[in-house]
Amino acid sequence: MKNLTFRFLLVLLVVQTLAHSQSKGMVFIEGSRYIPLYGRDSTVVEVKNFEMDIYPVTNLEYLNFLKENPKWQKSNILKLFSDKSYLANWNSNLELKPTENLNSPATYISWYAAKAYCECQGKRLPTVDEWEYAAMADETTRDARVKPSFNKKILAWYEAPHSNEDTIGLHPKNVWGVYDLHGLVWEWTLDFNSVLITGESRKDVDKDSNLFCGSASLNATDLMNYAAFMRYAIRGSLKAKYAMKNLGFRCVKPVKN
Amino acid sequence: MKALKFILILFTSGLLLQSCKSDKNTEVSQVFKCPMACEGDKTYSTSGNCAVCKMDLVAINETAKIIKNDDNISEESIFNLTSKWQTEENKTIELKALKGKTLVMVMIYTSCKAACPRLVADMRNIEAQLPPEKIKDIQFVLISIDPLTDTPKRLKSFAIENIMDGEQWMFLQGTESSVREFANVLSMKYKQISPIDFSHSNIISVFNPAGELIHQQEGLGVDNKETIETILKTVH
Repeated sequence: MKNLTFRFLLVLLVVQTLAHSQSKGMVFIEGSRYIPLYGRDSTVVEVKNFEMDIYPVTNLEYLNFLKENPKWQKSNILKLFSDKSYLANWNSNLELKPTENLNSPATYISWYAAKAYCECQGKRLPTVDEWEYAAMADETTRDARVKPSFNKKILAWYEAPHSNEDTIGLHPKNVWGVYDLHGLVWEWTLDFNSVLITGESRKDVDKDSNLFCGSASLNATDLMNYAAFMRYAIRGSLKAKYAMKNLGFRCVKPVKN
Repeated sequence: MKALKFILILFTSGLLLQSCKSDKNTEVSQVFKCPMACEGDKTYSTSGNCAVCKMDLVAINETAKIIKNDDNISEESIFNLTSKWQTEENKTIELKALKGKTLVMVMIYTSCKAACPRLVADMRNIEAQLPPEKIKDIQFVLISIDPLTDTPKRLKSFAIENIMDGEQWMFLQGTESSVREFANVLSMKYKQISPIDFSHSNIISVFNPAGELIHQQEGLGVDNKETIETILKTVH
């Protein structure tokens, strides 16, 4: 009898491993300490192990979410949670415009909607530190920021128009197995409002700035990393109800150690 | 055998718990209709073209009316937020409980040594300039951006220390997620820069009794005149 229980347990363990150790559509990302462009006072931040969606959330996936959660549909979403552009590329509550592709990243989505989507999947939005950590990898190395070619490639994409209309997975995956962190759309982060950069650059370095408390401690660590600087600048300019053409999202899930 | 059953139950319940928690009572029923009403009120269950004029059918959402809020609060009202908060008196509330009063809100943390004391002073300054008979219609709310440290107990002692323990003052502790969300409602930015310190924007926000944002005062020690005028306009 004991033997049977044991065997059953073993089978379950295998199933469990297959089903959980790597959630469907996600890859494992081993945490570490690194220096992001904007860190904390000690400049080094620690990212814990997590899983990340392989692809950004697509229009098709978002459509399924809308079917199950009518309150996030275009005509039902509260003004508190969106601006007029929310799902501007949709004809109606459950229909994309004919020019749009179901396999393109879902855009025109506010932070509130992106957050609700991830929570509904039992996930959450990545923090800025997590997103930047995963995004500093190229196809072969976990930290490719020192390679001039890496930054050049990203900047070339920033100049390319209409990339939001592309479908997912067209660019090579990075060393973690994650696609499209660069080259497709900007992505929402959970704490995008932790970037304290104002529109006026002089203000940001002003130690007496009245708008921000403690702003003196915020300094870019690597001004050569212009691509990352642009991402932080964009995060600093966003408001949570904004919905934009080239702003999508993906989800992550913390991994229990 | 019992152990086997137990494991099986544990396993299946684990699977069940993973399913998405959607509001099933608002099941959607998408219906399509010709925009020109060629066939009167006839509806289709799939999208496509009108049989008469060939125009694209448009979706009509029949659930819309059901979902729209039931408490006579507008779409922009913060009373739509369903997060739960702990007050300094250790009571659990939703923001909805504050409906009917003008709200003057600020986000701070109690261990702050730099700007927060000045922000708190600004709040007290505003309160002091309002006519005493109006105070009962106004709620001054201080929300902590450091929910791990600022427990109700700590908020209570902060209130007493700063002589802000009257009825008109309220201190709230949320969760990391609800605080982040509320900060976004206020377009307020903050970042933890060390275990005990945060950088944050200094904004005092005024909400009318229906929970709609009507005024924001940015910066420290700025002229309160406009803020006070706005508050007075909302109380009669």
